[in-house]
Amino acid sequence: MRELTYNEAAVEAIAEEMRRDPKIFYMSTDPIAPLLKEFGPQRIKATPIAEAALTGMGIGAAGSGFRPIVDWRQVTFCFVAMDQIVNQAAKIHYMFGGQVKFPILFRASVGGGGRIAAQHSQSPYSMFMNVAGLKMYLPSTPYDMKGLIKTAIRDNSPVISFESGRLMTQKGQVPDDDYAIPLGKADVKREGTDVTVVALAWLVHEALAAADTLADEGVSVEVIDPRTLVPLDAAAIRTSVQKTGRLLIADEAGPTAGFSAEVAAVVTEDAATFACLKTSVKRVCALQVPIPYSPVLENHVFPDRNRIVAGVRELLTR
Amino acid sequence: MTNLSPNLPPDKQREMLRRMLTIRRFEERASADYLAGKIYGVVHCYIGEEAVAVGVCSALDRDDRIISTHRGHGHCIAKGADLNRMMAELYGRQAGYCKGKGGSMHIADFDIGMLGANGIVAGGIAIVTGAGLAAQMEGKGGVAVSFFGDGASNAGPFHECLNIAATWKLPMLYVCENNMYAAQTPAAATHALNDIASRAAGYGIPGVVVDGNDVFAVHQAAHAAVERARAGAGPTLIECKTYRWRAHTERRGQPDLRDRGEVEAWLRRDPIALLAQQLREQGEIDSAGLQVMEDEIAQALEAAVAFSEASPFPLPEQAIDDVFAS
Repeated sequence: MRELTYNEAAVEAIAEEMRRDPKIFYMSTDPIAPLLKEFGPQRIKATPIAEAALTGMGIGAAGSGFRPIVDWRQVTFCFVAMDQIVNQAAKIHYMFGGQVKFPILFRASVGGGGRIAAQHSQSPYSMFMNVAGLKMYLPSTPYDMKGLIKTAIRDNSPVISFESGRLMTQKGQVPDDDYAIPLGKADVKREGTDVTVVALAWLVHEALAAADTLADEGVSVEVIDPRTLVPLDAAAIRTSVQKTGRLLIADEAGPTAGFSAEVAAVVTEDAATFACLKTSVKRVCALQVPIPYSPVLENHVFPDRNRIVAGVRELLTR
Repeated sequence: MTNLSPNLPPDKQREMLRRMLTIRRFEERASADYLAGKIYGVVHCYIGEEAVAVGVCSALDRDDRIISTHRGHGHCIAKGADLNRMMAELYGRQAGYCKGKGGSMHIADFDIGMLGANGIVAGGIAIVTGAGLAAQMEGKGGVAVSFFGDGASNAGPFHECLNIAATWKLPMLYVCENNMYAAQTPAAATHALNDIASRAAGYGIPGVVVDGNDVFAVHQAAHAAVERARAGAGPTLIECKTYRWRAHTERRGQPDLRDRGEVEAWLRRDPIALLAQQLREQGEIDSAGLQVMEDEIAQALEAAVAFSEASPFPLPEQAIDDVFAS
C-alpha cells in the first residue's frame, strides 16, 4: 500500500471533499500551495491574520449554506477567537432552536516538541471538550487523519480537527479507495491482556514502543486510541479495562481537568468497570506548566515511552 | 425630515410607519409583561431607535441577511419576523422561534435572513460578514447588514471585519446605531471621535453619518449603500445618530443616570411622531388612518400574547435536544 505523511493525508482528504462538494471553501493565512493551485483563490482564501473574524465568518457562511474550513494553524492562535468559538460556534445551533445547520471544520495543530516555547506549544483540547456544542478529534496516523477529516467535513456541526505538530511528517499507509472513519469510535492500536494504555496522537506511538519493551518482560499491553475526544468512545475504553483490570492514561497535556481526568472518570464512575480494576488508575501527563523552550526543559515536561514503561511497571507491582 | 418620501410609494411609507409603531408597541407590551413576571431574564428595549432598523430593512430584499444585537426586537420586526413566534420565545414556550432556548437576546429567523440577535457586544459582526462572503460567493447580488452599537465599534471584531470586507469588497452594510451610551457609559468616555463613521476612512471605505431618527434619511443612506454593495463596490459604514429612550435593560426602579435635559430633547424628536407628521402633511395618512393602524397592531399583539400563553412550555428533557445538528 502507498504511504502518505500525516499532513499529506489531511490535504488529500480536503482536496477530495472539495472536488465532491462545491460549497466547501477554505480560509487561512498563507494558503496551502497544492490546494490553492487546484481550487484557486476563490475557494482557497488567503486571509488577514484575524482569527476572531475568520472564525465568525465561518459561522456566518455555514449558516448561509456553505461548508467552510477555517484553519487556525497553531491552536494557540485561536485563543483570540474564543468568543466566536465558545459563545457563537458552539451555541448558535442550540440557542436558535436548531433552525439551520452550521457545518464548519476548524483545524488546529497541537502538542509540543518543536522547541517553539509556550505560545506555540499546547494541547488545550480539554478546554474545548468542556464546551457543549463542539465535536473534536486528534488522530495518531495518516490513515486516521484522512478518514476523520472526511467525516468531519461532512458533519453538520462545528468540528475541531486537532492535529499533532509532532506527527506532521510521519508516514503511514493510506489506501487509495474512498473511506471515512466515524466520529466517536476508538481504535485498538494493539491488543493486550495485562494493562490498558489510553493515549492520543504522538503518545500512541510512544505507548506502542513502551508495549514492545514491556512485551520483552512478559507484560501484555493493550493500546487504545480514542481518536475522537467528543464524542468519546467510553464503551471501548471500559471494555478494554474490564479485560485488563489496569489503566494508564498518557497525555501530552497537563493532568488538571484534562482529557486524562475525563478518561479516568469514564472508567471509575462505571460500576461494572470499577469492579474489574485491580489497582487505582495511573496518569502519565505533561507537567502542569507552560511549555518551556530549552530542549532539556521541554523534554522533561513531556511524558514519553520511558515514563509509560515505568508507569505500567508501577501498576503491576502495587 | 429628509425630502425623500415622494420617491417612495405611499404604501411603502405607511408600511414603514406601521413597522416602527409595531416595534414600539411590541416592546411596551414586552416590558409590561416582563415586569409582571411573564417574561424572564432581561429585556433590552429598542424604543426610540425604530427608524434605524426600519429605514435600513426597507432598503433590503427578503433574501438579504442581517444580524442584530442584544437589543434585537426592532431588527426582527423590521425584517418581517412573526410576532407570535417572537412573543412565544420571550414567554419561553415551545412555539417560540428558538423553542424557548434563546429568549429576548437570541431571536433568529433564518428563513427571512435574520441571522439572530446576539448577546455578546460585537459578537455578530464577524458572523454576518461571513454571510456577506456567502452572498458574494453565491453571486446573486445579495447583501448582508451588520447592526451594532457605538460600544461594539470599540471592539476588535469591528475593526477586523471592516478591514476584510473592504479588502474583499464584500457586499456589506455596517450600520452603527450610535445611541451615545455603551450600557451606562457615555460615548465620550470610550472613544475620542465625534463620528464613528470617520473610522471608515481607516479602511478605505465610505463612512456616512445620518440622523437616525429620520427614517427616510436612514433609508436613503442604506439604499445608496445597498446599490453600491450589489454593484460589487464593497462595504459602507453608516452611523445613525439616535437615542435609547429607556434604560439599558428593563428593570423596576432603575435610576437613569443620563442628563434629564438630554433625554427630554431626544423625546421631542420621536422618530415615529416625525414620520407620522410628515405622512399627514403629505396627505398619506390621517387621524382615522393612524387609529386604524394602532388598533390593528394592538390586535396583533393581543393575538401574539394569546398564542404564547396557549403554547406549552418545553418539556424538561428537551434541554438536551439540538446541541448538535443531525
